Amino acid sequence: MVEIDNGRDDMLIDGQRLGNAATDGFNANYLKLYYGKLFPHADIFKWLSYANDGKHPACDKSYFGRREFSFTLDNDIYLRFQSFSNESELENSIKEKCPFKIDIGPVYSVDPAKRHAYSQSGNNVFTPVERELIFDIDISDYDNVRYCCSGADVCLDCWPLMTVAIKVIDISLRDDFGFNHILWVFSGRRGVHCWVCDGKARRLTNEQRTAIADYFRVYKGNENSSKGVSLTGHALHPFLVRSYTEVLKDFFETKLLSSQNLFSTQERYEKILEMIPDESVTSEIRGKWESSKRSSISKEDINVVRWEQLKHTLQSGQKKAQGLRRCVEEIVFSFTYPRIDMEVSKHMNHLLKAPFCVHPKTGRVCVPIDPKHCEEFDPTLVPTLSQLLEELNIGGLRADDDNECDRTSLGKSLSFFRSSFLRPLLKSCKEEMESLHNAKLQQSKNSLSW
Amino acid sequence: MEIVRPQWKPPSNDIVSTLPLYRSAPALEVRLEDFELYAMDRLRVLKGISDGLSRGKKPEEMKNLVNDLWKVNMKHPQASEVFNKDVISHFVLRLVYCRTEDLRKWFLSMETALFRHRFRLLTADSQRALLAELGLPYKAVARAEFEVIKEKLVQVARSISQPIPSSDAIFYKVPFEEVPELVAGRRIFICKGHAYVAMNQVVSLVVTQFRSLLSKALILTNRKWTSMIREQEKDRLTPIVESLCSSYLGPDYSQPNEFAEISVKDIDLVAKSSFPLCMRHLFEKLREDHHLKHGGRMQLGLFLKGVGLKLDDALAFWKAEFSQKVGAERFDKEYAYSIRHNYGREGKRTDYTPYSCQKIISLTPSVGDHHGCPYRHFSEDNLRAALSRMGVNNGAVEDVMDKVRNRHYQLACTLTFEAIHGLSCDAGINHPNQYFSDSQKILKLKSHSSEQGESTAD
Repeated sequence: MVEIDNGRDDMLIDGQRLGNAATDGFNANYLKLYYGKLFPHADIFKWLSYANDGKHPACDKSYFGRREFSFTLDNDIYLRFQSFSNESELENSIKEKCPFKIDIGPVYSVDPAKRHAYSQSGNNVFTPVERELIFDIDISDYDNVRYCCSGADVCLDCWPLMTVAIKVIDISLRDDFGFNHILWVFSGRRGVHCWVCDGKARRLTNEQRTAIADYFRVYKGNENSSKGVSLTGHALHPFLVRSYTEVLKDFFETKLLSSQNLFSTQERYEKILEMIPDESVTSEIRGKWESSKRSSISKEDINVVRWEQLKHTLQSGQKKAQGLRRCVEEIVFSFTYPRIDMEVSKHMNHLLKAPFCVHPKTGRVCVPIDPKHCEEFDPTLVPTLSQLLEELNIGGLRADDDNECDRTSLGKSLSFFRSSFLRPLLKSCKEEMESLHNAKLQQSKNSLSW
Repeated sequence: MEIVRPQWKPPSNDIVSTLPLYRSAPALEVRLEDFELYAMDRLRVLKGISDGLSRGKKPEEMKNLVNDLWKVNMKHPQASEVFNKDVISHFVLRLVYCRTEDLRKWFLSMETALFRHRFRLLTADSQRALLAELGLPYKAVARAEFEVIKEKLVQVARSISQPIPSSDAIFYKVPFEEVPELVAGRRIFICKGHAYVAMNQVVSLVVTQFRSLLSKALILTNRKWTSMIREQEKDRLTPIVESLCSSYLGPDYSQPNEFAEISVKDIDLVAKSSFPLCMRHLFEKLREDHHLKHGGRMQLGLFLKGVGLKLDDALAFWKAEFSQKVGAERFDKEYAYSIRHNYGREGKRTDYTPYSCQKIISLTPSVGDHHGCPYRHFSEDNLRAALSRMGVNNGAVEDVMDKVRNRHYQLACTLTFEAIHGLSCDAGINHPNQYFSDSQKILKLKSHSSEQGESTAD
C-alpha cells in the first residue's frame, strides 16, 4: 500500500478542508471529489453506447437506456436495475449518490427501471438481450498453489499468476475466437476482469458463453478432490499446446518454481509427487531428495534442481511408455493455468464492477491493463484515491481547469483506455452499423422490385 | 372414433428409416387412446435417456441404450404406423412439456439427445439430405486451406482419440457459435472465430439447429396452450396432458410437503438423520466455515426450501452462520437478497425448484466449492471418509465405491441410503428431497412401531 506523506495533517482540495488523510485512502468525501473531477463518465457512456448515441439512422436510441447499472452505496444499500437515458443522467446520478461500487449488468429487452410495468403482461418480456462476454479471475482461487499470500492478499511473487492468466486468455480470445475489442481491468485488489466487447461477443447466448468458458476450463479440482488437472488423449489440443509452450512452461520454470519455492520443503514437494500416479517413480524420486537434503550444498536453486530431476525421471525412455510424460504438463498446468470463475462468464445477467471504480478496501482505482505489456503491470503501484486527490491538489495550484485528469497518474490509464480500446471499438461499431444498414436497404429495395 | 390415415408410408420398421424434424404438427386424426398411449411410450424412451445421462453413461453406451429403448417402446404392429407414432407422440409431449421452463428444459434436452442418436444411425446420404432440409449452407473447406491447417486438425483428432483425418477428409468451416458443444469439449480446431467441423461431427451442427428450432417451437406451443388449447380442450385433452407429466416424472419438490415443515431448531437433528451426503456435507461445511460459495448456497438453500424451511426461518438460519464470518450487516446486504430470490421474492420472482440429482451430478464445482454430488466430485479417499462418518459400514462402503467407479452415482447414493436405514429403496434416489422424505417416512414408522412395542410391554 502506498502511503502518502505530504508533510501536512490536512489536505486542501478545491477550497474545502478535509480531515486527516485516511490511511486506507478511501472515504466518502474523497469519493465525491473523485466522481466530480476524475471519473470518466463520458468515456463510460461512449463505450456502453456502442455508437448508438450517434446521428446514423441505424442508431438504436434506446440502447444505453436499457442497460442495467447497479450501485452499492455507503450505507450498504444496494440499488439494482438503475438505468439512464443519456450521459448527463448517468453522471448526475453517480455524483449525487456517490456509490462505493458501480456494477454493470446486461442490456435488457426493455428499460430495467420499468421492468415491473412489463412483468404484468405475463410473457417474460423483461429479459437480457446483450452483454459483453466477461471473465473474472481471482488470485484467491490459487491458494493451493501459492505460499506467499492467501485469500485476498496479493504480492509481487504471486501477481504474475494473473499476468499469465491474462496472456493465455487474451491470446485465445483473439486468435481462436477472433475477438478484437478486449478490455482487461485490475479489479482493485486481488484479480482481473475481462470485457470482450465485439458485437458478436455481446450477442452470444448463455449456451455459447458456457461453451467458451468450458473451452478454457482445464483446472477441475474442488475442495474435496485434489485431482486438479488431468490431461487425456494422445495429444493436447492446439490451444493447450500453445498456452503451454508460449506461456506456461517458461513462466513455471523461470519464475514460479523459485518465487514460490515449490520444491523447497518436504511438505511442498510431496504435494507435487501426489500428482504422479506411479508409486515406483515417486519413491525413487523421494529417495533421491531425502538423501540429497544432507549431502549437497549446491549453489543452484534447489527448486530448479529438483524440477529438472523430476522431469528427467518422468521423461526418461522407459517411463514414456507408461504415459507418465503427461505428468510434467499436468503439474505445470495445475500450478499456472488460469482459474476462471465460470459462473460469471456463463450467464448474461451477471453483474461486473465497472472500470475506474475505486476499491473500497484498498482505495485503488480499477484501471485497465494493457495485455501486450501485462508483465509490466504492478498492482502495488496502481494509483489510490488519496494519491490522486493529492496530485489534483498540487495541480490545482497551477490553475488550469481542463483535463485535470491528465495531470494525475490516472491520466496514463485513461489515455490507454481511449486510444487502445475505446477508439478502435467505436470505429468498428460504426462500420458494423453502416454495413448492416446498407444490407437492410438493399433488402428492402429488392423486395420492392418484385 | 376415427381411423388414423397414414399420410406417408415409410419403407421399413427400422429406426434409421426416417428422421423427422417435427417442423409442423401432422394433419392426422388420432384416436384418443393412441394419443395417450403413444405419448406414454415416447415418455419411456425419454425417461430412459434421462436416467442414462444422469448415470454418466459414455456416448457408446448411450447409443446402445437409445437404440434399445426405441426398439422396445416405439414399435407398432403396423409398419406404416411407426412413422406416425413417432410424430404424434412427439407433438403430444410438446403439449405436455411446454408449460413450465423446467419441463421445457427437460423435454428439450431429452428430445435433442434422442435426435442426436437417431441422426448418427442415418446413412451419409440421408445425413446430407437432412443437412439440406435444415438449410445449413456450409461449404467444405477447400484443399489449399485444408493443407495449411492440416497439422492442427491432426492434433485435435489425436487429442480426442479420433482417427487422424485422411488427405481427402471433408471439413466444414462454420462460425464457432454454431457448435457450442464441440467448443466446450475442445473437440474442434478453432481459428479466428471459425470452427473446423469434421464430417463425423456434423451431427453437432444439426443437433444445435434442431435444438434451437424445438426450443422456439416450445415457447410458441406454450403460448397457444395457455391462450387457447387448455380452455378449448378442457374436457378432452387437457386432463390427459396434465396427468401425463406428473404421473411419470414424479414431483419436483418445489412445494414442501404439508406434513414436512421444519424449523431452525430441528435442522441439526434431521441433517444427521435424513440429509443425503451432498446436503449433509454442505450443511457441515456451513457450520464449520460459516460460509458457502454461491453454488453451495443454491444447492443447500433450495433443498432446505423443499424440506419445508420457511423464508423467515431460512433467513435466520443463514444469517446465524454467515454473520459469524462476514458480520450481520454484510449478510443483509450481500446474501439476504439471493435467499429471498430463491423463494421468489426478488428479481423475476420465480419460485425456484430444488436441484435434482441429475442437475447436481452435472454441476462443475471448482476451487473453494463444496456443492455437487459427492459420489461424482469427491476423490476416493474423501468419499470413503465421508461415508464412514455417516455410519456406513465397511462392506457397504465397498459396494458404494464399486457403483461410483462405474459412474452409477445415484445407485451409489441409493446404496448409502439402504445401508443407513437398513431398508431397501426400490425406487432408487433421484432427488435429494426424495431421499429426505423417504428417510423421514422410515424414521417415523420406526419410532411409531417402537412406541407401540413399548406400550404392549407395559
